[in-house]
Amino acid sequence: MLSAKNLRKAFGQLQAVSDVSLEAAKGEVLGLLGPNGAGKTTTIGMLAGLVPPDAGEVRIAGEPIVGDTSELKRKLGLVPQELALFEELTATANLDLFGALYGLSGAALARERARVFELVGLADRAKDRAGTFSGGMKRRLNLAAALMHDPDVILLDEPTVGVDPQSRNAIFDNLESLKAAGKTLLYTTHYMEEAARLCDRIAIMDHGKVIAYDDLSGLLKLAPVSRVVVVELADFHRVDAVLGLAGVREAELTGNQLRLGIERVEDIPGLLTWLLSQGAAIDHVHTERPTLETVFLHLTGRSLRDA
Amino acid sequence: MTAFWALVIKDLRLFFGDRRAVIMSFIAPILIGSFFGYVFGGGPKKEQSKVKVLVVDQDRSATTKELMGSLEKENGIEAATAELAEAREAVRKGRAPVAIVLPKGFGESASRALFMPGAKPEITVMYDPSHTVESSMVRGMLTGQIMQTVSKGAFSGETGKRTVSEALRSLEGSTMDAGEKSTLQGLLKSVEKYNALPPASSGGGGFSIPFAMKDEPLTARAGVLYNAYAHSFGGMAIQFMLFMGIDVGIGMLLLRQRGLWRRFRAAPLSKTVLLGSRACSATLIGMMILSVVFTFARVAFDVRIEGSLLGFVGVCAAFSLMTAAYGMLIAAIGRTPEAARGLAILATLLMVMLSGAWVPSFLFPQWMQPVTKAIPARWAMDGIDAMTWRGSGGEEAVMPILVLLSGALVFGVVAVWRFRWEAE
Ligand SMILES: Nc1ncnc2c1ncn2[C@@H]1O[C@H](COP(=O)(O)OP(=O)(O)OP(=O)(O)O)[C@@H](O)[C@H]1O
Ligand SMILES: [Mg+2]
Repeated sequence: MLSAKNLRKAFGQLQAVSDVSLEAAKGEVLGLLGPNGAGKTTTIGMLAGLVPPDAGEVRIAGEPIVGDTSELKRKLGLVPQELALFEELTATANLDLFGALYGLSGAALARERARVFELVGLADRAKDRAGTFSGGMKRRLNLAAALMHDPDVILLDEPTVGVDPQSRNAIFDNLESLKAAGKTLLYTTHYMEEAARLCDRIAIMDHGKVIAYDDLSGLLKLAPVSRVVVVELADFHRVDAVLGLAGVREAELTGNQLRLGIERVEDIPGLLTWLLSQGAAIDHVHTERPTLETVFLHLTGRSLRDA
Repeated sequence: MTAFWALVIKDLRLFFGDRRAVIMSFIAPILIGSFFGYVFGGGPKKEQSKVKVLVVDQDRSATTKELMGSLEKENGIEAATAELAEAREAVRKGRAPVAIVLPKGFGESASRALFMPGAKPEITVMYDPSHTVESSMVRGMLTGQIMQTVSKGAFSGETGKRTVSEALRSLEGSTMDAGEKSTLQGLLKSVEKYNALPPASSGGGGFSIPFAMKDEPLTARAGVLYNAYAHSFGGMAIQFMLFMGIDVGIGMLLLRQRGLWRRFRAAPLSKTVLLGSRACSATLIGMMILSVVFTFARVAFDVRIEGSLLGFVGVCAAFSLMTAAYGMLIAAIGRTPEAARGLAILATLLMVMLSGAWVPSFLFPQWMQPVTKAIPARWAMDGIDAMTWRGSGGEEAVMPILVLLSGALVFGVVAVWRFRWEAE
């Protein structure tokens, strides 16, 4: 449905996107995960035909977008990262305008508007000015505005940024219904939990490059450890000694918390026994699976959040 | 077409929903136009405004009284007597533009100076240097009046009799050429004889200015009076329409900043629809501003389209279109809204000033005239003047319309050429 091959874009000296190739089939949700400045928005701009790439090509349903009025643009819906709404106009007037840009009018426009309001759950606020909406409601309207012409491919640029958990869940529900309706979604975010929850496949971007591209379990296999054991304890200081034990890949002691990266779950009882034998007073133990965060850290040497 | 009109309607909604924009575009030109119209002469009226002249009479003779009387009858001025210190203070503080001082012995020495060589009395003219036009006008008027009054006194009145006999006596002792002397004696003796006649038959006597002047301001037709509001409302409509044009340009830069430009570019819309719809809505708003402002001027100040209505509508439409193109130009060459705003306001104010919207352009020095003709807004001003109080026919609107349309074309072409279509 959506394919990009070897996209490149530079702004002056800065190579914002280099050699990005992506593919999303019908009904698939493709995630684009990366820190600030990774090149996500620039990539979306090229996919939507807003920014001409320096090299590479984009195809929608197998065809390239040519010209301003290309019919292919009707298959695309763009949800910009900014709240791209006319705050002074009502929600209805906003949706009607964006519907009209795709040629909708009269009964068809009213029908689509009702459908979209229903989907994002804003029907009761239809007559209010967009500027009076809460942050989360504006985000939902921002999404709604891209859906008026019922596009097959929806490009979402950080659709949940700065949103409370309740609105975020509402937006996720909306996206899941779109997915269920067979739409192809491209979803950029710098929240790894979002990418993990929603996406069939995820491309991790950094400095304009795709550094990993797979489904979730495939990406997690890139993590150097299979589990992290977190032990809260007292009277223990010998981190270097732990690292010497069989099966322990990483060890880090901060305050009274010891984090151990291990290869196999089976090694856990032995580890705990060893710690007790060293005189450690264990207070609490839990284990964590590796996350995309761990993968990003492993691939780039930086944490996703501070990158 | 659906998209085009949806975009136009959106612009109109945003404009009329924005109280600041409405005040700036409709209320401001009406208020400021009323002010300028009032100070530049107000509505149609028969009388000219009078220049206030203070007269300091230190002579208090028959001549100066007579002079004061005729100054009071003068049309263009409003004469009042005052003490020297008082008059000086009034001119210095700007309460009166001109004051004249008639020195002691003025009546006598003036009529003597008429016949005899020697010192002439001095009239001091004190004037406000910011009112040189009024001071020259008063000087001219004074010369005529004094000539008339003094010569009349010399040919009648007591002072005259004394002066003539005195002149005859001094002539006796003079070393003048004999022939010349006797001719002059003859003239003075005739004056003496004339002065001795009973007053009734003499009919006043003396010199008088050998012509009378009748003023006829040339407006649309005889009987149509100049209405300063026609010019001031036109001028202010032009100014605030250009400001509206700036808002259009800034608004387009804001679209870019707010991500809306991405939405617009993602939709299957041609560049013509995107820019054309904005130009269309700006032109419509411009026409509305002109209609409202001139309707108000008509109702409140009786400003009429004395010339061709079609010509007026043509000039207004062409200027509205030019304003729209000006907005597009600002959107095309402006980088950020903030940076564009300051520069655009400066450029607009210069353009408005040179167009004659504040002060009529005929007051500009000669060398500036061709320069201002290069400014489209000047043509809008001239076109509106021509179609309103000058009462010209439609043919006088053709040049302004053509120039304005060319201006719109140039702005439009540069705007399309320099426009950043990419939504980066
Ligand atoms: N129009 C532009 N001119 C110059 N540089 C640009 C422009 N647009 C983007 N960049 C640069 O390109 C790089 C990638 O930007 P982009 O907006 O694509 O990142 P992003 O992944 O969307 O980041 P964020 O999570 O902050 O939205 C950044 O370094 C940015 O500064
Ligand atoms: Mg971005």
